[in-house]
Amino acid sequence: MNKTLTCIECPKGCILLVKIQHEKVKEISGNICSKGKAYAVSEIEHPCRMLTSTVCGKGLNLRMIPVKTNAPIPKSDIFKAMKEIKKLKIRKSVCAGDIIVRNFLGLKGINLVVARSCSRI
Amino acid sequence: MAAALSAYKNGVKDILILERDEYLGGILNQCIHPGFGIDYFKEILTGPEYARRFINKLEQVPRIEVSLRSFVVDLTKDKVLTFLKPGSFNRIKAKALIMATGCREKTREMVHIPGTRPAGIFSAGLAQKMINIEGLIPGKKVVIVGSGDIGLIMARRFVLEGAQVKAVIEIQKQSQGLLRNVVQCVQDYNIPFFCQHKISKIHGNSRVEKVSVVKVDKNFKTVANTEFEIECDSILISVGLIPENELIEMAGVKIDKNTNTPVYKGLNKTSIKGLFVCGNSYKVYDIVDSVSSDSEKAGQSAAEYLKRGKK
Repeated sequence: MNKTLTCIECPKGCILLVKIQHEKVKEISGNICSKGKAYAVSEIEHPCRMLTSTVCGKGLNLRMIPVKTNAPIPKSDIFKAMKEIKKLKIRKSVCAGDIIVRNFLGLKGINLVVARSCSRI
Repeated sequence: MAAALSAYKNGVKDILILERDEYLGGILNQCIHPGFGIDYFKEILTGPEYARRFINKLEQVPRIEVSLRSFVVDLTKDKVLTFLKPGSFNRIKAKALIMATGCREKTREMVHIPGTRPAGIFSAGLAQKMINIEGLIPGKKVVIVGSGDIGLIMARRFVLEGAQVKAVIEIQKQSQGLLRNVVQCVQDYNIPFFCQHKISKIHGNSRVEKVSVVKVDKNFKTVANTEFEIECDSILISVGLIPENELIEMAGVKIDKNTNTPVYKGLNKTSIKGLFVCGNSYKVYDIVDSVSSDSEKAGQSAAEYLKRGKK
């Protein structure tokens, strides 16, 4: 089976032609760089996305604190992740890069991290 | 910030940054999505993280003074700036000036959408600020007009926040935003994307109730009998940006009335010597990485201008 994908790794948006056999990628063309290859394999075999959102701050100089997953998470987990993020509150000063949830959603090595520093007022 | 740092690197030692907001970084702070910095930092960063990289660099240079909540209200051709700061009225004369005033969003009125004028019509960037900075959801059933990058990114953001995005309506044949955003913001969430369509009417008295949508041909003329309605409580307008250059216009810089950008040969330059414009107020950029690189050249140009003056 052949499939056409648009690479989302960078703003160039290469059109990738992917040959698929038994749900595995056999051949990729159309990519300018190696990121395209990795993206195509991931997109066909286990699609992932980086998730960014905001967490409510209490008593801080920011009302909403931007957060992100430190690496892409399975696409199928995105809404579960949003549900968890909505339950969180940040009440103390945090720095960009601080981990708020380790092994987020039980995913090994995936952490939810702060993307903007904020402090108590 | 990139221009200030580059001016410093090129020998300017007395630099002041005037920022009208409470923090540095401008619009990047509300752009919480990833995708910034791939060219400049060779890393994928969110908007606030990208801004922070520059704030950190600035903090290491005490010679660059930052004045927040400083709103410039007047500029003359001799580069005299008048700015307001809570509790004070200030006037300062610059030897060289770099404007990095960014863009504002085009509005409903500028694309002529007929209908009533109910509550629930937002520009995409305003909705972005409400959700990502203020923590407010502007609506639950959303139609997005135009397919600029901010609109596409907000389509995803609304869905993640539990709202329903009923459609993205684009009058052109294809998306006006980056392809990657069509994939990861619209297709990922199965949001209906209507190209060559436009809103023919907004309905609703106190609040938006629905929109009428119609197909258009290649000359943007309405195609008969193609009208349909979409029920919604909010409309986001994402139809492009206009460089914000009223201050330099006030100072007498020649402005192209179509693009609202300075008319002059050479990157970042204007018809007034020593007055430079960088970033989105110089031209509308797709990618912040190019804004930073080009703005560094503005800093360099300003430094060279000052050196020439001393000779």
